[in-house]
Amino acid sequence: MASPEDLQLVRALRAGDEVAFMMLVERYGPAMLRLARMYVPTRVIAEDVVQEAWLGVLKGLDGFQGRSSLRTWIFRILVNTAKTRGQRESRSIPFSSLWSPNPESEPAVDPERFRSAGDASPYGWLDRPTSWEGVPEDRLLSQETLDHIQASIDGLPPNQREVIRLRDVLGWSSEEVREALDISATNQRVLLHRARSKVRAALERYFQEEMTKA
Amino acid sequence: MTPPTDLTCREMVELVNDYLEGGLAAGERARFEAHLSVCDPCTTYLAQVRETIRLAGRLTEESVPSEVRDELLRAFRSWKDA
Ligand SMILES: [Zn+2]
Repeated sequence: MASPEDLQLVRALRAGDEVAFMMLVERYGPAMLRLARMYVPTRVIAEDVVQEAWLGVLKGLDGFQGRSSLRTWIFRILVNTAKTRGQRESRSIPFSSLWSPNPESEPAVDPERFRSAGDASPYGWLDRPTSWEGVPEDRLLSQETLDHIQASIDGLPPNQREVIRLRDVLGWSSEEVREALDISATNQRVLLHRARSKVRAALERYFQEEMTKA
Repeated sequence: MTPPTDLTCREMVELVNDYLEGGLAAGERARFEAHLSVCDPCTTYLAQVRETIRLAGRLTEESVPSEVRDELLRAFRSWKDA
């Protein structure tokens, strides 16, 4: 559902408000570029797709019903534009597989860290996680920590990377992400699970090193 | 160390996200919470995933390259004038 802010933005855009438009471009542009790039072969074409999508948004403003949020609606247009362009560029990969998690299992935690099946405590922790409660808040929120999280997100497979960005960095709901990307609830959940698990593991390694240094 | 429950720690870490997403059925959720109530390492693990989510929320997106921004502004102006 569109929020009062969404409806206000739509009115501003219709009135030709450049500030409102550029605010939206700043807010969603980077994610739109990255997503478009998943469907088309080059960065230049992705930029083209983003421009075409924005024109689609502007031309479609009168038809915006407010049944979805403004950002979901914008991203739906972006994804559709990118798909059409991707087909024209004759990408051979089927787009549905873009959002299918890797069929191989990706354990959330290294299986070596658990006891074996035959143990008195089968599959219990052998190498248990160390609490971060002792890490001071300014350390947790330091630029270095954030850079580290950023780097680990950047290193994820593109589908996991974009889902965690939309959900956790930009704070979208799971419904919005599913609707915007046109992906199933299951795929969204699995991609997010894997992404969060890997970023947690990267942070754990990082804090571990920090604690040994101290 | 594994508490007397039917979920193992190795299964727990795979369920954490569904738990946070409200995606566990009532019975499974109860088993998950029963395990947590007696397992410190899994409680720590859950806290770390929550912390990861909180910290990810502090990241900022990169900005749009200026030439892309300029081009979009030009496109907006010509749409407006059309
Ligand atoms: Zn446990």
